[in-house]
Amino acid sequence: MDELLKILKQNALETPENIAKMLNLKPEQVRAKIQEYEQQGIIRGYQAILNEEKLDLDRVTAVIEVKVTPEREGGFNRIASRISKFKEVQSVFLMSGTYDLLLFVAGHDLRQVAMFVSEKLATIEGVLSTSTHFMLKTYKHHGVLMESEHADERLSVSP
Amino acid sequence: MQTNASRSHHDRIARHIRDIPRSGIRDFFDIVSTMKDVISLGIGEPDFDTPWHVRESTVFSLERGATHYTSNMGLLELRQAIAGYLAKNFHVTYDPATEILITVGVSEALDIALRALLNPGDEVLYHEPCYVSYRADVIFAHGTPIAVETRHEDNFRLTRTLLEKKVTPKTKLLLLNFPNNPTGAVLPRKDVEDIAAFAVEHDLLVITDEIYAELTYDGQHVSIASLPGMKERTIFLHGFSKGWAMTGFRLGYACAPAELTEAMMKVHQYTMLCAPTMSQKGAIEALTRPEIDVTEMVAEYRKRRNYLAQSFEGMGLSCSKPAGAFYAFPYIKPLGLSSKEFAIRLLEEEKVAAVPGSAFGECGEGFLRCAYATSLDNIKEAMVRLERFVGRLKR
Repeated sequence: MDELLKILKQNALETPENIAKMLNLKPEQVRAKIQEYEQQGIIRGYQAILNEEKLDLDRVTAVIEVKVTPEREGGFNRIASRISKFKEVQSVFLMSGTYDLLLFVAGHDLRQVAMFVSEKLATIEGVLSTSTHFMLKTYKHHGVLMESEHADERLSVSP
Repeated sequence: MQTNASRSHHDRIARHIRDIPRSGIRDFFDIVSTMKDVISLGIGEPDFDTPWHVRESTVFSLERGATHYTSNMGLLELRQAIAGYLAKNFHVTYDPATEILITVGVSEALDIALRALLNPGDEVLYHEPCYVSYRADVIFAHGTPIAVETRHEDNFRLTRTLLEKKVTPKTKLLLLNFPNNPTGAVLPRKDVEDIAAFAVEHDLLVITDEIYAELTYDGQHVSIASLPGMKERTIFLHGFSKGWAMTGFRLGYACAPAELTEAMMKVHQYTMLCAPTMSQKGAIEALTRPEIDVTEMVAEYRKRRNYLAQSFEGMGLSCSKPAGAFYAFPYIKPLGLSSKEFAIRLLEEEKVAAVPGSAFGECGEGFLRCAYATSLDNIKEAMVRLERFVGRLKR
C-alpha cells in the first residue's frame, strides 16, 4: 500500500504539510494525491474511531450470521446490496464457511435489533436463516486498542 | 577522619578506572530526570514495544520451565537461527557450533572481544563521534584508544585517508560502528571495501558493531565481514536490542573464527557463564518470524527521519542526512553556544531533551544528538519548540 494511504489510515487528520515532510514531497503534491484517491473512490471517507462505552449511549450492536440462497444471475450481490441499504446495518461481508453473509447491526436496545431481524431481515426473499449474537465489550477496533496501555517506561536519556 | 577514609578509597581505585570520566550522558540524565513534562529526543532505544509474539513465547518458555543455565556458547537452536539469518541477510556464513557466541548484549560482546585480544599498550583505532563505551572499554582492557575523527562535511563517513593518518606499528584493532550512533551515518560499499583493504594491508583485526544494521533507510547495509578475505580477521557483533526493540532482554552475539571465539568464550565463561535463558528463547522466536516486525519499524522510522531532516532544513540547521540507526546529528555551532549550553538551555527554556554532541567525543562538539525513537506526535511538538528556540538564538 502507498505510504500516503498508510499514514492516513493511521491518522486521517494528519495535515498535508506534515505528510509532505514525512514522505519528502511537497504539500501540493500530497493534496493532489489525496484528491486523486478520493476521485478514484479508493478513499471512501474519514471517520473518528470512538470508544463508545465511554459515551454511555443507548446502543447495542449485534453480529448476525445469515444464510441465503444465491441467485442464478448475480450470486450473492443483489441480496447483499439489498441488506446493506438498511440504515441499521453497519457492515456487510460475504464469508466462506458455514454461513454466507456476516452483518454488524446497531440499534437502541435488544428489542429494536430483534424487530429488525424478524421483520426486515428474515423476511427478505432468499434469506434462509439468521443467527444473532450480541456484542458485550470492545477491546480493539480498526486496529486501535480501546484502553491505553502503560505509559512510556524508558529512561528519559540513554546512550 | 571520614575525609581521610574517602581520600584513601580514591587512591585505592584502580588508576585506569579512576581516570575515566563519567559518561556525559549520565550527567545530562541527572539534569533531565529532575524535570517534568519533557519531550525527550535523548533516548537511545526503540519506542516500539517488543513484538508481541516474542514476548508471548518468552512467557511460554518460563511456563515450560526454561529457567536453567544454557551451555556457555548459548542455545544451539539460537546459534543455528543466527547462522541462517546472517547467511541470508549479511552474506557471511558462520559455523553455529564453533563460531557464534551468545552474549549479554553487544556490550558484553565488545568487552570480551577486547579483553580476549588486547595486550597492554596495543592500539585500537575507533572513529568519533561514537557510542560512549568504546573508549572506556578499550582502556578497561588495557589497550590504548586512538580516535579517528570523522567530519560533518563527509557525512561522518570513515575514509581510508583518515585511518592512514592514525595507524602505527602498534595498531592491532580497528573498531567500527555503522550505521552509527550518534550521527546516523552509514558506509557505502566502496568505503567498506577501502577500509577492508586498509585492514588487510596493516594486518589489523576488525571489530564491527552492527547493532543498527536492520535500520537503514536509503539502501542495503553492507557488512565488512562479508567482503572476500575479511571474515578471517573480523569479529562481528550484533544483537536484538535495536532491530527487534528488545533492549531489556540484554541479548547479543559475537561471531568470529573459531580460535578467536574460543578465546572470547573463556572470558565469557569465567565472568558471565551464559546469557539469560528466557531471553535466548525469545530471540529464537524473533529470528524465526523476523521480517514483518522489522520492516514495519523501519517504515515508521523512515517517516520520522524525513520529518526531522526537513524540519532542520526549514529552520536553517545544517544536518548531514541521517541514513541509518535512529539518530540525527544537526550542526548547531553557528548559533553561538557550546553543545552543552545549547542542550541545557533547550531543556530549560523549551523542555526538549537532546544529548550534547560532546558526549560522543571531542569532535562531537558543536552538534546535538536527536534520537527519533519517539512518536511522531512528540517529534512534531519537539520541532515546533526547537524552531522557536533557534529563532530566539538567531535574533
